Amino acid sequence: MNSADSKSFASKTDWASLLLYVACGLIAFYMILPILIVFPMSFSSAEFLTFPPPGFSLKWFQRYFSDSSWTQPTYISFQIAIMTMVLSTILGTLAAMALVRSRFWGKAAANSLILAPMIIPVIVISIALYGFFAKIGLIGTRAGLVFGHTMVCVPFVVITVSASLKGFDETLEMAAMICGATRLKAFMKITFPIIRPGMISGALFAFIISFDEIVISMFLCGIETRTLPLKMWEGIRMEISPVIAAVSTLLICLSAVLLIFLEIIRRRTQSTISG
Amino acid sequence: MSVIGVLLVRYRWILILPLLIYLFIFFITPLSRDIIVSLWDPEFTLKHYIHFFTEPVYVMVIMNSFKIAAMVTLFSLLLGYPYAYLLSGVSDNTASKLLVFVILPFWVSLLVRNYSWMVLLGRHGVFNMILMNLGLVSRPVKFLYSTTGVNIGMVHIMLPYMILSLFAVMKGIDRNLLKAAQNLGANRFQTFLRVFLPLSLPGIAGGCLIVFIMAIGFFITPALLGGAKDAMIAQLIEQNVSLMLNWGFAFAASFVLLFLTIIILMIYNRFLGLDRLMGGSEK
Repeated sequence: MNSADSKSFASKTDWASLLLYVACGLIAFYMILPILIVFPMSFSSAEFLTFPPPGFSLKWFQRYFSDSSWTQPTYISFQIAIMTMVLSTILGTLAAMALVRSRFWGKAAANSLILAPMIIPVIVISIALYGFFAKIGLIGTRAGLVFGHTMVCVPFVVITVSASLKGFDETLEMAAMICGATRLKAFMKITFPIIRPGMISGALFAFIISFDEIVISMFLCGIETRTLPLKMWEGIRMEISPVIAAVSTLLICLSAVLLIFLEIIRRRTQSTISG
Repeated sequence: MSVIGVLLVRYRWILILPLLIYLFIFFITPLSRDIIVSLWDPEFTLKHYIHFFTEPVYVMVIMNSFKIAAMVTLFSLLLGYPYAYLLSGVSDNTASKLLVFVILPFWVSLLVRNYSWMVLLGRHGVFNMILMNLGLVSRPVKFLYSTTGVNIGMVHIMLPYMILSLFAVMKGIDRNLLKAAQNLGANRFQTFLRVFLPLSLPGIAGGCLIVFIMAIGFFITPALLGGAKDAMIAQLIEQNVSLMLNWGFAFAASFVLLFLTIIILMIYNRFLGLDRLMGGSEK
């Protein structure tokens, strides 16, 4: 009965499902194509971008690694992304704990304020910071870039940590303290392991957002400091050199590694919760 | 319990203070300063705002921003809906595989994705090479530096937001309702149109809202993939700051953009509730 049912269902609707599959295949292709195309381009032996590439070569990667005008911005971007990640994770985790686990006057307003930089057009934030930092002398400094990037990274930490705190039964911590644990010990043994996955995913989000950030950096970098995205931006606007394809390939690999890492954390959390 | 412990439980809200102080210094203060600069030049004036809304070139840029944001929202919905529909109907395992095509681009640098589209769409780009080699066109097609280019690039960036908003709502739709409709004699098309589509409306509204808001303030993609005609508000602001050093005007324009964003959010909040959008971090 059941199998007959599904059979008639399938034969009647085949063409509609087929159309859906084809459409979705094309959409998936559209999504993934720009990511795949830079790989052949970056290993091309041609002096400029041509398709199909005439031969295989690693020279664009060599040029990237041997040119300090590329490696220096990469180094600066890593520094800023790591500092931004640390600052956002600390500020965001503390705020999430207050937001989820206590009640206070103006909580809804505080919540909106914290999440606002995620929604507000980044150009608005950028020129506001540019005008402000020009007055207080933070243009072109690493501190200035970290403070700027943190604003757009913090909401992600607050969201991920809040999510992991929501399902948490606070009486567990109380129970630990009744059993003789100090407040700090109860936090380290009970609360911290529970929010850790949220903190790690929030931190990874913060890292990649800062590492890829371009609009804020464009205004706050000044004349001398260059982050990697800013260097790429300038490179793209001048001439579409294959070095940028090589950098893009490396950046895609970095994103893929972070994404896989995030997936591992998610699976591990799920298995500890369910098992 | 120690005194500090008691204080920590009682005054846990204190933990939010570091972030609020940070936001006060680096968010509220700069924005408030902007309002003052945009209104005082050297005494109270609305001239920057009037200039923004009366100068024909700027009016055109505003109209254009709305037009592009609306097109991008529409195309994202048209492409995102079938994909989310498929995602919501398959097993979790298949869905997580299909989600890779949505999540991976989401994580890849914005600049890389724009650059790839330049490589694909350029005069001597991949698409034109293929079209010419196949003999379909005799001269390169102008994909890049056109509204088409901006649309292709921006829809690519917005589609993950649209698909994830739609998927979140569609996943919650009770499939038994669809079966019930079919048992009552509706064909598959009717079931979709009369049951599934109306139930997915919150997802459509949420997805369209987030895409429209993000699209209207977009800077990178129109600057790289668009022509001079495709300039949007963000580019206008950038040019006034970095080329013309016209701070008062740039701040005025950025406030208009901010104001537009807030109005759209308020309309949404009024009808659908904002917490749905914010990942539900507020209970």
